Amino acid sequence: MTADVNRRVLPGFTLSLGYTLLYMSLLVAIPLAAGFLKASQLSLGAFWAAVSSDRAVAAYLLTVGASFASAFINALLGLLVAWVLVRYDFPLKRLFDSLVDLPFALPTAVAGLVYSDLFAPKGWYGRFLVPLGIQGAYSRLGIVLVLVFIGFPFVVRTLEPVLQGLDADAEEAAACLGANRLQTFVRVVVPSIFPALVTGFALAFARSLGEYGSVVFISGNMPFKTEIAPVLVVARLEEFAYPEATAIAVVMLMISFVTLFAINLLERWSTRHHG
Amino acid sequence: MAETPKAPPIPPRAQDDPAAVRVALVLTAVAIMAFFVVVPLVNVFVQAFANGVHAYWDNLFHDADTLHSIKLTLMVAPVAVGLNLVFGIAAAWAIARFRFPGRTLLTALIDLPFSVSPVVVGLFLLLLFGLQGTFGPWLRAHDLKIVFAYPGLVIATAFVTFPVVARELTPLMEALGADEEVAAVSLGARGWQVFRLITLPNIKWGLLYGVILCNARAMGEFGAVYVVSGHIAGKTDTMPLRVEKLFQEYNLPGAFAVASVLAMLALVTLFVKTALEWKTRRDLAEAHRLQTEGAES
Repeated sequence: MTADVNRRVLPGFTLSLGYTLLYMSLLVAIPLAAGFLKASQLSLGAFWAAVSSDRAVAAYLLTVGASFASAFINALLGLLVAWVLVRYDFPLKRLFDSLVDLPFALPTAVAGLVYSDLFAPKGWYGRFLVPLGIQGAYSRLGIVLVLVFIGFPFVVRTLEPVLQGLDADAEEAAACLGANRLQTFVRVVVPSIFPALVTGFALAFARSLGEYGSVVFISGNMPFKTEIAPVLVVARLEEFAYPEATAIAVVMLMISFVTLFAINLLERWSTRHHG
Repeated sequence: MAETPKAPPIPPRAQDDPAAVRVALVLTAVAIMAFFVVVPLVNVFVQAFANGVHAYWDNLFHDADTLHSIKLTLMVAPVAVGLNLVFGIAAAWAIARFRFPGRTLLTALIDLPFSVSPVVVGLFLLLLFGLQGTFGPWLRAHDLKIVFAYPGLVIATAFVTFPVVARELTPLMEALGADEEVAAVSLGARGWQVFRLITLPNIKWGLLYGVILCNARAMGEFGAVYVVSGHIAGKTDTMPLRVEKLFQEYNLPGAFAVASVLAMLALVTLFVKTALEWKTRRDLAEAHRLQTEGAES
């Protein structure tokens, strides 16, 4: 095993691992533990009352629903964009390819600001959409739209390597056997990229669940209507209702952990089937 | 005169789609990108310069609170990035070069900040260092301030961005393999020599991109910083928080002016990424060419 050789030969195992663990416990483990400790100091009744209030439940449902919708839209758009970037040549392709990563690099506050401005009644999109009755700003639609932006790179970047690695043989065989391109795509291509598509979807979904910076600009943050869970946490904090804020935060963490766990299972499943 | 038999039409390659489909799909993809990414980006700059260059300049540099937010961001981000840089190198070295129990778990834990809401991070830091927090009384007794002050901003920023460098470096170092380092050790190099002379030159471009991306994230961090800063104008407002405050005050030209600076930062980040990818591809092609030439001669 090369691994054991490395540990005997290469220096710095204790130093690097020790520093990694120390840094992570100081920065991550202690604050997380403090959060759970505070939540556990709440009585069960108080905890339940905080996490199950109508306003909180409406906020979870909106957060999960909007994240799901945006991740679903991203799966469709991302498949199309990844396909075009991998398979076809067109002018400015390199530029578009680089711009796919913009949502990773652009601060979320800027995304929120510009989306709320675009969809406002006088904005570049709003002036056409609002007369048609499509309210982008200060609505649930706006939340989904800005989350599509935030999660946009995930599906594209997960699919690209898989599409590039796809064997031409399978598609050639399908063509030889008389399948047309659409049949080949649906029966041959989609099944082999499906695991990557689901992983990209799950990553975009997980990213959207905790998003705050962009949504706070565009949603209007009306309780029961356009208030997502992170916004509710901040609202509780600003009322100095720390225990309630903590309880809701713990529920959000749980949702994140379950999603993370599901992503790990998915990845294991897809490597087993297509590794 | 015998007719020459017509050559059979060249069959379309199985992976080629009909031209009409190709054009339609490309146009749709470009439209999607334009709608969600390009037009918003252009809009930032158009709005920022809507009242002319002079107004833009005034909005950025003649507003005391905005100026302070720029300075504060420039003070917070480098410290957080520096901390995460050291961590990223240590973590990548440990994970890419050694096998140990719990390695997979550690890798998963490093990704944690990507899936924890920044708001929750900020809240937990408040619970730890706030007045009513776990260390609150002790900090107060020693006249130390962490939340609603500079240290809190650094901690929150470092938490949210700490995976970035580690995630850039780990796959890179795994792909490079340990052969060169093992060879250096067997020739008598010591720890720092191996790192300085072998590892660092090999990973420098990935490291550079990791630092630049981490910096972009650090300067743009909003949720966690929003909670721990207490958003006091002229004191704890960073640039993204300043954008939000100006937006709330209906000062859109001001908000867009600050936003345009952050957008430029994002563009520089993307540019560096593209340039590095281009360089890597060229280096690989060059290495491939040298190899095949070597094999031929």
